[in-house]
Amino acid sequence: MIRRQILRYTSNQRTNHWLVAIFFFMAALSGLALFHPALFWLSNLFGGGPWTRILHPFMGVVMFVLFLGLVIQFFRANFFISNDRLWLRRVGRVIKNEEEGVPPIGKYNPGQKLLFWTLLICMLVLLFSGLVIWRAYFSEYFGITSIRWAMLLHALAGLILVLSIIVHIYAGIWIKGSVSAMTHGWVSRAWARKHHELWYREVTRDEHPDRPISKKG
Amino acid sequence: MASQDIIARSATTTVPSSVRNQEEVAKLIDTTKCIGCKACQVACSEWNELRDDVGHNLGTYDNPQDLSAETWTLMRFTEHETDAGNLEWLIRKDGCMHCAEPGCLAACPSPGAIIKHANGIVDFDQDHCIGCGYCITGCPFNIPRISQKDHKAYKCTLCSDRVAVGLEPACVKTCPTGAIVFGTKDDMKEHAAERIVDLKSRGFDNAGLYDPEGVGGTHVMYVLHHADTPKLYAGLPNAPTISPLVDLWKGVSKPLGLLAMGLAVLAGFFHYVRVGPQLVEEDELPTTVDPAVHEVDPSVHIFDPRGEDRP
Repeated sequence: MIRRQILRYTSNQRTNHWLVAIFFFMAALSGLALFHPALFWLSNLFGGGPWTRILHPFMGVVMFVLFLGLVIQFFRANFFISNDRLWLRRVGRVIKNEEEGVPPIGKYNPGQKLLFWTLLICMLVLLFSGLVIWRAYFSEYFGITSIRWAMLLHALAGLILVLSIIVHIYAGIWIKGSVSAMTHGWVSRAWARKHHELWYREVTRDEHPDRPISKKG
Repeated sequence: MASQDIIARSATTTVPSSVRNQEEVAKLIDTTKCIGCKACQVACSEWNELRDDVGHNLGTYDNPQDLSAETWTLMRFTEHETDAGNLEWLIRKDGCMHCAEPGCLAACPSPGAIIKHANGIVDFDQDHCIGCGYCITGCPFNIPRISQKDHKAYKCTLCSDRVAVGLEPACVKTCPTGAIVFGTKDDMKEHAAERIVDLKSRGFDNAGLYDPEGVGGTHVMYVLHHADTPKLYAGLPNAPTISPLVDLWKGVSKPLGLLAMGLAVLAGFFHYVRVGPQLVEEDELPTTVDPAVHEVDPSVHIFDPRGEDRP
């Protein structure tokens, strides 16, 4: 019997994703503690100010390394294809839950792809600026101007990363059926066909080699 | 006990208790009277119980080579040749300037780790210091140092403990030539003005007071023979200000960043409320078994035409 659902993420991919998510939350909460006085109380989650200062960079480095795992597995699926341009032009309809005229897209929609590359850029900026401002080990090798730029870029990249993740989390809440892809790995066929039709056709090609799956395509 | 004379506090967005009215104090360092004896350095380390490691002679009179968590003040020696071909030995006692608008305090993320007293003294509270080093990033004078022993930031306190009980700072008390004096900021300015008149009469036409406007003035001031070029004195900044990068980093961008995060969450919430979730409707489910294979409910199989035709 053919399984009704489609596997979107393997158990290793899911584990990798959630490890990144856990370390993102720890790095983000400790970073926000230092971002604005109104959020300094978050440092209590990590055992106080000094512990927050000690742990934050390590959590960030672990997050970066784990994120590279996701990059290696997913970067190919995040190259833009021709349909993406049209999809982006009609993103207004997507946001209003109106599917008419929205072209079929692959495993990731262009919004997800933009998020992927934004996250990668932010992570790289955070890593390198973070090393420059890591007072305990590296700051002594850098001049004051480099450190000031690194501080500014680190805060900016952190802000963009947090905003991106807010969008990422909301998209999961909004598009019903997505969260299961990352919790137990499976999505329904209807979900796959509705949201990622080109990907759906690709993964189901072997099951029905002679017959087009979608009338829309 | 609440300190009633703290008028600015790091990482604090409300006004701290500040009803007490105190006169601003200042330390005036007259570089023209300094003989470079380093008694101030010794007095500082004695009063504050600081014993820095013995370093190496790198071919200058500067000893130790730089400020550190255990060296809060340091004589910096510069050999300067004037246009007339005279050699001048410019000696500047380096240390915290106690800015009226302290860059360290603006940069510090830990509430109360850096405070400014009503008398103008900028002090580090190591109990609240988290050791991030942001104060170093914020300082226009390159003064704070993080100790590698306890990862706390240290710098000259202007002997706030002595001043609080009516004493002058230790370096002032020990200075044998009277090059360092201490009092109210107004008195120190007046004293400096007299010194400058004297210096000008001796041919130092550019003599002047170093009390830089860019940081709102300082509570450690210098009388310089060459006030037109402070850079001569071991790189004393000509026009120090809090770096625009630090301003941008710690100024408007962070409240705006918080606002952006809050708005992003709100936008998501109201999108859900107004547009609603994106559901996959059940009737869109394609048949999961290959439709080319006709699977018929066994219950309709009761009729077998071939069987009926069978003779």
